[in-house]
Amino acid sequence: MATALSSPTSRIGDPLSRVDGRLKTTGLANYAADFPVEGLTYGVVVSAAITKGRITAIDATAARAAPGVIEIVTHENRPDVVDKDKVWQDMVAPKGSPFRPLGDAEIRFAQQPVALVVADTFEAARHAATLVDIRYEAASHVTDLTEAEAGAYNPKGDGTYSPEKSRSDLANPLGNTKAHVEKVYQEAAHRVSGRYTLAPEHHNPMELFASTAIWKPDGSLFIHDKTQGAQNSATYLAGIFGLKPEQVHVVAPFMGGGFGVGLRPQYQLFLAAIAAKMIERPVKVVMTRQQMFSHQYRPNVIYDIAIAADQAGRLQAIRSDCVGATSRFETFAENIVDWCARGYRCDNIALDYRVAPVDTYTPGSMRAPGAATALNLFEIAMDELAYEVGIDPLELRLVNYTSKDEISGQPFTSKALDKAYAEGAERFGWSKRVHAPRAMTDGRELVGWGMATGVWETLFQAHAVRARLRPDGVLEVATASADIGTGTYTIMTQIASEEMGMPVDRIDAQLGDSTLPKAPVEGGSWGAASIGNALVLACTALKAKLLKAARKIDDSPLANAAIEQVEFVGGQIRVKNDPARAIDLTDLVTTEGGPIEVEETGSPKMLEAAKKARNTHQAVFVEVKVDEQLGQIRVTRVVTAVAAGRIINPKTARSQILGGVVMGIGMALHEETMMDHRLGRFMNHNLAEYHVPAHADIADIDVIFVDEPDHEVNPLGIKGLGEIGIVGTAAAVANAIFHATGVRVRDLPITSDRLL
Amino acid sequence: MTTDTMVDDRVHAPDGDGVPVTLTINGERHALHLDPWVTLLDLLRERLELPGTKKGCDHGQCGACTVLIDGKRMNSCLVLAVTRDGAEVTTIEGLGTPDHLHPLQQAFIDHDAFQCGYCTPGQICSAAGLIGEGKATSREEIRELMSGNICRCGAYTNIADAIEDVMAQQGKAAHA
Ligand code: FES
Ligand code: FES
Repeated sequence: MATALSSPTSRIGDPLSRVDGRLKTTGLANYAADFPVEGLTYGVVVSAAITKGRITAIDATAARAAPGVIEIVTHENRPDVVDKDKVWQDMVAPKGSPFRPLGDAEIRFAQQPVALVVADTFEAARHAATLVDIRYEAASHVTDLTEAEAGAYNPKGDGTYSPEKSRSDLANPLGNTKAHVEKVYQEAAHRVSGRYTLAPEHHNPMELFASTAIWKPDGSLFIHDKTQGAQNSATYLAGIFGLKPEQVHVVAPFMGGGFGVGLRPQYQLFLAAIAAKMIERPVKVVMTRQQMFSHQYRPNVIYDIAIAADQAGRLQAIRSDCVGATSRFETFAENIVDWCARGYRCDNIALDYRVAPVDTYTPGSMRAPGAATALNLFEIAMDELAYEVGIDPLELRLVNYTSKDEISGQPFTSKALDKAYAEGAERFGWSKRVHAPRAMTDGRELVGWGMATGVWETLFQAHAVRARLRPDGVLEVATASADIGTGTYTIMTQIASEEMGMPVDRIDAQLGDSTLPKAPVEGGSWGAASIGNALVLACTALKAKLLKAARKIDDSPLANAAIEQVEFVGGQIRVKNDPARAIDLTDLVTTEGGPIEVEETGSPKMLEAAKKARNTHQAVFVEVKVDEQLGQIRVTRVVTAVAAGRIINPKTARSQILGGVVMGIGMALHEETMMDHRLGRFMNHNLAEYHVPAHADIADIDVIFVDEPDHEVNPLGIKGLGEIGIVGTAAAVANAIFHATGVRVRDLPITSDRLL
Repeated sequence: MTTDTMVDDRVHAPDGDGVPVTLTINGERHALHLDPWVTLLDLLRERLELPGTKKGCDHGQCGACTVLIDGKRMNSCLVLAVTRDGAEVTTIEGLGTPDHLHPLQQAFIDHDAFQCGYCTPGQICSAAGLIGEGKATSREEIRELMSGNICRCGAYTNIADAIEDVMAQQGKAAHA
């Protein structure tokens, strides 16, 4: 029976409203802690009271005696699991020896989990968690990066950062030694140098980390987890518990924000699984907001920058030297120091990057890892240079514009940053800017206009996508990746709709399940390009398979049709120049008596132009108003022009940029996890004291997508948008603050005390 | 609104001697025996299978748990359920359903006023409370008075658009 077409088809480029919007707005989208489970018990984590040292004694008598308590799991009674580093290293683990929750008596970081209390109700577990009496022997710790800096080392060779690729370490065709760079710097007409810093930031997605673990009678493990990669959680647990990968099933269809913190499994996942094994009942473990500060964070950095230019502002030398925090048990490294040298033309560059171990959990990727840190600080230095040279900050960027990656020397597949500068400046009214600081006012407030450049890589990862036409006429398109709020369900629906000529409501996009076709974690802004192109491959293969089946039907109107002669329109296959010759797709699968499906993998090998550089860019313009008496800074206007290739859905795309810009404003003005170095603990570990932008902090934000056709970056010409909105935005705010006040702050965030 | 009284075993205090409390939730009357330490948020999520209301902090700092109690918006994580005997509670599930969306739910979809969607139930309930209060008459006031609801995905400008849209539909248009 043919299914009536009840909703329109969609195409790439349509502003289709999110297909999961009805679920999300009615409370029916189930996040990790939302699934009803029969016989569920509740685990509450007890966090270490010291920063470093060891547990000397645990007295759980009182806790065990509390009503409703089922088990107290500690390192003393935790069942053995596989202990090799290799199994604890998840898909995206940095080099090192990953933390094992409740693995031993040693305390490595503040708020380390030291016990899990499991009870019949959440309230009983929460209460009993306060009754576990733990004694410690404290050891001295170092959490201050300025103190740890002395022990910094180069993470070269660990695979995550390779300064040897950078031009300063290449065969030196330009005689580009450190000493030479220093000499050029000293002799240049204009110089800026200084130490720039970024505070530690915590991702703070609104959803708390949560996992529910259910052991099945057949020894397999079923999990609900908050994760950016269901298969990462699954293989991690399979390794630890010595199971086959297919024995762990992770289901995570919705994720309440990731920003990178959900790339790696967090400790509640293992704790739920081990506790459920011990008590032979399902266990749900949800972190508290305080505990959301006990794991991954964006590492704070000390970034020494020196740049020199000639009379016209042309860059002569760049020294870019950064130290970032890592833990003592893993080496987390980011690409920081090379961003400045890739994006501007300059012949003399010296790069150095080291990491310094501190006594915290291992830092990790947070929205535009490396680039957000690098360019939100370097672009402040560029603004300083503009004032040093005496030219407009935008003019300085244009003078140093390059159309190739200045480190690799490769041309870009596309780079419409010049258009972004022009369109952004035009919309913002940049030409009306008075160059001198403190020259613009609005009543008693000082007005400042600042700008900056953002860059992010266009990444591509292998993804397998399955396309399956079901007998009910619904087309399923599926991969094990995740929609972390970016709109992946929606763009998959659009692409499938366009490819297959099927209405939107007959497409069922599936994500967030470890049993779906193979996918890496969702991050790095690679989702849209990687999944989108793989999906097109799958649809192409499915079309061929459907036509083949259609041709075999008795008296088929398509009997002799070749694939080039047919089109898929309105839920039918039909002959292009004789549309009356058609077969309804639902009728076809019904005749077949079962689904027709294909699975295809899109991999980086499908990319032409492998020898070209591929980036997204933004030119961001910001207005601030500063009340000097109160030290109050308000961002009153933002215009950002983004060059990101082809936009699949302008509505969800714009939201991604808004999200990045808002987080950039947070980086500029609010976000700072403050460490009490005497105690080695983050002090403001809650949402009242760790400030993220709230409604009243955010005025209107104007997002422009500049036209950037790119036939080389990947077949669909997609570049990805999750990261770019934050890169440069904090610098633009900082530069606007300088323009308003004449005060240059080199440390982010720029809180009132740093300005006054 | 229905007046069925449900006596639900799952919500009795474990030892049976909890505090009796009657709550009308989304039009359905529930006669419950609860331990006094159970918050309204945990009652909804863990005992009444209404997980649409979210927990983001459990400390009144984020607004993810916002519900309407007797028409007023409240952080349900800060409300002990037994203190609200006789109250009428509306959660996101009670505002509308996928087939019968509340105007705010429709406006949030139309304006893409969310990404991950985790803060969304709280934002929508808070917006419903805000409109009921009738205090916000400008976009600035909407922003000020919605500031208890954090959105880490940064959908704020779209949320303001959605709320303004519904206020305009209801003839309470902002005169900014
Ligand atoms: S969970 Fe209630 S305000 Fe955050
Ligand atoms: S939509 Fe993700 S926190 Fe608001």
